Amino acid sequence: MSALTKLTLKAALDGLAARDFSSVELTQAHLDAMAGARALNAYVLQTPDRALEMARASDARIASGDAGPLEGAPLGIKDLFCTAGVPSTAGSNILRSFVPPYESTVTAQLWRDGAVMLGKLNMDEFAMGSSNETSAFGPVINPWRSTASNRALTPGGSSGGSAAAVAADLALGATATDTGGSIRQPASLTGTVGIKPTYGRCSRWGVVAFASSLDQAGPIAKTVEDAAIMLRSMSGHDPKDSTSLPVGVPDFAASVGKSPKGLRIGVPKEYRAEGMPAEIETLWRDGIAWLKEAGCEIVDVSLPHTRYALPAYYIIAPAEASSNLARYDGMRYGLRAPGANLKEVYEETRAEGFGEEVKRRILIGAYVLSAGYYDAYYIKAQKVRRLIADDFTAAFETCDALLTPTAPSAAFGLGDASADPIAMYLNDIFTVTVNLAGLPAISVPGALTADGLPLGLQLIGRALDEETLFTLAGALEKAAAFGAHPARWWA
Amino acid sequence: MSIDSATVRKVAKLAHIKLAEERIAPLAAELNAIVGWIEQLNELETDHVAPMTSAVAATLPLREDVVTEGGDASLILANAPLSRDGYFVVPKVVE
Repeated sequence: MSALTKLTLKAALDGLAARDFSSVELTQAHLDAMAGARALNAYVLQTPDRALEMARASDARIASGDAGPLEGAPLGIKDLFCTAGVPSTAGSNILRSFVPPYESTVTAQLWRDGAVMLGKLNMDEFAMGSSNETSAFGPVINPWRSTASNRALTPGGSSGGSAAAVAADLALGATATDTGGSIRQPASLTGTVGIKPTYGRCSRWGVVAFASSLDQAGPIAKTVEDAAIMLRSMSGHDPKDSTSLPVGVPDFAASVGKSPKGLRIGVPKEYRAEGMPAEIETLWRDGIAWLKEAGCEIVDVSLPHTRYALPAYYIIAPAEASSNLARYDGMRYGLRAPGANLKEVYEETRAEGFGEEVKRRILIGAYVLSAGYYDAYYIKAQKVRRLIADDFTAAFETCDALLTPTAPSAAFGLGDASADPIAMYLNDIFTVTVNLAGLPAISVPGALTADGLPLGLQLIGRALDEETLFTLAGALEKAAAFGAHPARWWA
Repeated sequence: MSIDSATVRKVAKLAHIKLAEERIAPLAAELNAIVGWIEQLNELETDHVAPMTSAVAATLPLREDVVTEGGDASLILANAPLSRDGYFVVPKVVE
């Protein structure tokens, strides 16, 4: 049955519809693979009973002709999404015992469309991290290893569990979230496809909040087409999220496979990082050549404020986080630590419940919002955010999408960057700009390094123009013919 | 602007996070490095730039002021660290 886990989501849906196999068989194959891959630490909770129950219900709907667009497909869910009756921890000790009585809108839509839940996926605590090392459940191990050594590498973060599970065939696809690069950077580091849609495309209702003006859900998948299929189910207006956009949901998959001929691709000269490996530069050049060959016009563009995006982000995101995470006070849900009085209970609860990086960001947020500093930091950052968004608006006057590297490096070793917060933050140097501007962006695997590790290319589009991204990403995927898989050393 | 140990204590108080004494000085150094790095934003002249307040141009919707959900106290209390008779039980607030 292990062949079933190697299928793409699209092939699995076709096989289910053709009755080549049942959802129970497909789901059991994934549960078996998950049980054999605990060394990766991708799942923080496996829900086999629920998965099989959902699979049986899917098989019944397929038999009666009532199949939904994702009917019978087993998926993994990032543990930032609240799932009714199933623990949802956000990778934090403060929510270790939290069992939401409600379902996030995004996951509710997946179940509405027939998907099967395999379990909850590991992540950086409250989505704050780029290596999965801030998780209260320990880091996820990247299924990919360098050909030069057997040491454990990070799958990236914060959606490291989602990326690792998809790369290791432990789910046909996974939900993820992206506040500064948390879908695209792990996708790049694991040879998977990840899209952060336009801000407001997917409802944030029921997704544990990190930085509300930046947070956006999206899928991590095996192929561009799979990502398009999942995103369609995840998207849509939701009155429960006031920032959810009241727009229709296109059939994104219909854009995959279309010719990108005539589309203008902007290449921003600022997307180069100090010490960036030559292999990334080479892949970028290859990507440009591939799109040119497919009939695209290449345009040089400038996004002059790019280098200020990360520092602006590290004001805005911690400021919003310090406000959002004020709710964890030990009174209504989550951990409560003992203390002599109310104030002590608050302080002890938050000291015990939050990890170091989360505390650091809350403290930065409280600092930049504190009396006397608000204008110097927070307002300044919001002004810079405007300049960054204006850069994109100007660039899109001469092009239809931008092509850049996704991340400044391939997967790195656990512990390599965790001692220096700023070194870790630099992982998001190419991804964070679009969160600030609210734009959609997708990462597609492009090549392997000399050491056999995946590298991704990023396409950035206009607001609500995911369809152009899917067309271009499909063309890149076809030209790159990536096709590599990690050796199954864990099984 | 430099963050010293007194600032860390003050901010931790504001954030309701108890910090171990031995963490204060290292945190001051870490936060200083981060804030120092953030301050490169001051290279930019932004006097005539309007702050961005929304990730996408959209007006916040209004809805009818009616009850849409509710009426299930037991579900809401199910995650409470401590509850009794349909109430959250919290440490004494008023002496």
